[in-house]
Amino acid sequence: MYKFYETSFKNQTPTLKEKFQNLSFSYIMLIMMLAGIGIVMLYSAANGHWHPWALNQLLRFGIGFTAMIILALVDIRIFMRYAYVFYFGTLILLVIVDVMGHVGMGAQRWINLGFMKLQPSELMKIALVLALARYFHSSSLQSIESVRGLIVPALMVLAPAFLVMVQPDLGTSLMLLFTAGAMFFVVGVQLWKFGIVLIGALLSIPVGWHFLYDYQKNRVLTFLDPERDPLGAGYHIIQSKIALGSGGVFGKGFLKGTQSHLNFLPEKHTDFIFTMLSEEFGMIGAVFVLILNMIVIAYCYSFALKSSSYFGKLAAIGLATNFFLYVFINMAMVLGLIPVVGVPLALISYGGTVVLSVMASFGIILSVYVNRNINIGKD
Amino acid sequence: MNRDSDKGKVLINRALILGAGQFVLLLVIILRLYYLQVYQADKYKTLADENRISTRMLVPPRGVIYDRHQQMLATNQQNFQALMVAEQTINIQETLDAFKKIMPLSEAEEERIKKDLKRNRSFVPIKIKDNLTWEEVSRIQLNAPDLPGIIIDEGLSRYYPLGEKTAHVIGYVSSVSENDVKDDPLLEVPGFKIGKAGIEKLYEKRLRGKGGNLKLEVNAYGRIMKEIEKVEGIPGEKIELSLDARLQEKAYDLFEGNSGAAILMSVNTGEILAFVSAPAYDPNLMTQGISTEEWKELNSNEFNLLVNKAVSGQYSPGSTFKIVVALAGLENGIINTLSRSFCAGKMMLGNHTFHCWKNIGHGYINVVQALQHSCDIFFYETAQKLGINKIAEMARAFGLGKKVNVGLENEKSGLIPDTEWKWQRFRESWQQGESLISGIGQGYVLTTPLQLATMTARVASGGYEVVPTFNKINPGEKRDFKKMNIKPMNLELVKQGMCDVVNVPGGTAYWSRFDFNGQKMCGKTGTTQVRRITMKERQSGVIKQEDLPWKYRDHSLFVGYAPHDNPKYAIAVLIEHGKGAAGIASELLLETLKLDASPKPVE
Repeated sequence: MYKFYETSFKNQTPTLKEKFQNLSFSYIMLIMMLAGIGIVMLYSAANGHWHPWALNQLLRFGIGFTAMIILALVDIRIFMRYAYVFYFGTLILLVIVDVMGHVGMGAQRWINLGFMKLQPSELMKIALVLALARYFHSSSLQSIESVRGLIVPALMVLAPAFLVMVQPDLGTSLMLLFTAGAMFFVVGVQLWKFGIVLIGALLSIPVGWHFLYDYQKNRVLTFLDPERDPLGAGYHIIQSKIALGSGGVFGKGFLKGTQSHLNFLPEKHTDFIFTMLSEEFGMIGAVFVLILNMIVIAYCYSFALKSSSYFGKLAAIGLATNFFLYVFINMAMVLGLIPVVGVPLALISYGGTVVLSVMASFGIILSVYVNRNINIGKD
Repeated sequence: MNRDSDKGKVLINRALILGAGQFVLLLVIILRLYYLQVYQADKYKTLADENRISTRMLVPPRGVIYDRHQQMLATNQQNFQALMVAEQTINIQETLDAFKKIMPLSEAEEERIKKDLKRNRSFVPIKIKDNLTWEEVSRIQLNAPDLPGIIIDEGLSRYYPLGEKTAHVIGYVSSVSENDVKDDPLLEVPGFKIGKAGIEKLYEKRLRGKGGNLKLEVNAYGRIMKEIEKVEGIPGEKIELSLDARLQEKAYDLFEGNSGAAILMSVNTGEILAFVSAPAYDPNLMTQGISTEEWKELNSNEFNLLVNKAVSGQYSPGSTFKIVVALAGLENGIINTLSRSFCAGKMMLGNHTFHCWKNIGHGYINVVQALQHSCDIFFYETAQKLGINKIAEMARAFGLGKKVNVGLENEKSGLIPDTEWKWQRFRESWQQGESLISGIGQGYVLTTPLQLATMTARVASGGYEVVPTFNKINPGEKRDFKKMNIKPMNLELVKQGMCDVVNVPGGTAYWSRFDFNGQKMCGKTGTTQVRRITMKERQSGVIKQEDLPWKYRDHSLFVGYAPHDNPKYAIAVLIEHGKGAAGIASELLLETLKLDASPKPVE
């Protein structure tokens, strides 16, 4: 049985076999369950067909799963060593995407690698966590608590956040900011600094409003009053609430969601897949999926606390928070608690890059757990 | 090192706080799920059903109207129509323009289409053109790619086989207007039509039936996925009228373009066999909806096509009124079989001279002869002795001066004056001279042709209060009419006079007589002036009718019945500003008797 909190201090590098034996199989099972639920829902989204989504997703999950296992067996020191290289490489890719987007037609978020479309912003979610973890691993509490010590990490956050914002991808940009914010909090940045940033953000809302695209303004206005344009911008959220609410406690049954299958619910295979799940399996199904996600997050925290390295702890917490944000923002969005910002439900929604990046981050988290006994010096 | 272990402790503390915070946020999600899926579930279930279920009214077929022999007078015809669904067009005007290239639309039609489009929601189909031929349907379907939003629909439209010949009885159906009482969801169905006149209006509720419901599951684009529930409506009731289509047609044709009215009814049952107001409009045009110009044209027509002259036209009864005056005189003992008057062609009352239509006079004349020759002097004298109130009493007993209530709209009551009426109306007392001219059915006296037919039927029946009806009375069914309090002998005298009018030389309708297997017609003619003949004109010679403009010519009237010895059919005919009412009555009664003898008798 897995124990949620224990620390050992055997500072030694485990062998590959030991590493493999040290993998948390219950954690992997949970992830597979969530992915399985996602594939079942994609099967339903296509009105009971494997095409065009379910089979594809299964394939991607297979690739992601392999990547996760491989990453889990990598020595955690390697992640730390290449954290900055990875970060800057991804940052350059972001710049390339932005430039291509301006030269080409309209918004572009990906680079076509031929076999897949790579979204650098998804890579950045991992790269930023690793880079910050390395930075804070090396800095002293004193430096963390000083203003000067925060300038470099702040720039590390703001540069990609800005690049993603102008793509424009407000959702991912906010996720980068929130993930980084959580890491700043965890490492011990004083609360009053958060207060100042918060007040500054509130004060800059009127200014920032002008920089939002019309569709982003629309989303915010629609969130504040979905009825202002029930057939236009408000349509998604109104139909989502109808689908959810009409599902009731027990749901309408697999493949029997009227809102989903009669196409009243838009984007049911991507951003609104949780709505379809809640319509077909009711509150019971929705809460079940939510609890599975909570357990996954709890495992991540547990791995973090068991790690003997500061880098490992912080990286696991950052990646866990990133996963939490997928879950919370997506659910809150389809439930009408926050504006529609276009964040998918990781592991359930259809989407290649998200599956791969989330599986990769699980791989790194597993690596933190597998290498929990390796104590890394301050360099 | 100390600071380093502090750094580690801070991390763990803060990590636990962060984890707890995330846990709380996910609990909020659960609360929200509870709120939407349990607390508000019913509300959203209703909304989801409203989304997916589209309810359509099923329009029941309208009841067919038959004549007494199961011949259809109003029926439903297959009708192809082109509809436009605004939300399926790219540009409404472009689609309309493309349609006009295939099939021209009048400005009035286009106006109506645009009005309909504005009044209805964008997914409601709007009629562009109906009564399309097969060829037109295929032309539209061939050009379908250029006509986004245009669909061909197969529906039922009302059709009147006899057209204008039954227009003023059957009436017509037309679109629901804003003034109509919307007591039935069917009336909200676009293109639904209701009875606007005649029997169609009178029996609207019975003819309409009850709408059904079709519940369909539709997807977000309005495509029908499956049928959920179908509740069949109740078809409109079929209605059998008393009319005989053969006689109705004949009666209308007999007018040959003249303006007037004719009512033929059964003496025994009160059933109306033919009911004509001529000339009439075409009800088949009315059901399609006519333009404002066409409506104006109909309205301004000299012959008043839209006016039902049989119930809405009020005319002086003229000499046909003498039947009532004679009966009043006999019943009140003013005259009897033996009493005679001397007609010298005119008589004096005070300073006024009253003329008989015959300048040289009729000499000594009794009541039967007075009716036969329609002597005015005899009835002046009778009316003078009777006084207006006794005449009025008898006239009302025979159904004059009040509505018959046969069920048609705009029925007028006519007018039977008396001293009380004049006082109320003018605050003047009744003049004796007014009694005189009332005695020959002129002056204030006004009746409708239907009232005259009713009067005649009551005389012919031997004094029963016959009430006309459009409902078919099946054989065996009896209508009990009250017996009037009139001496049979007096009625026989008047009927004798009426028979002499037609069948004895010198009678005013002698030229219209017939003898069909010993069955003859009896009746009474009438001619009413619509202008005053001045003293000066009378001296210099009265202008001939033919030399007067049409609208100043006299009306021609005839009331009658047949067969003479056993009256079965009563008739009233009016020709506005023309001659020959007796001729029409004669031909129609003769036809009726002939049909009665045929394998498919009238009754």
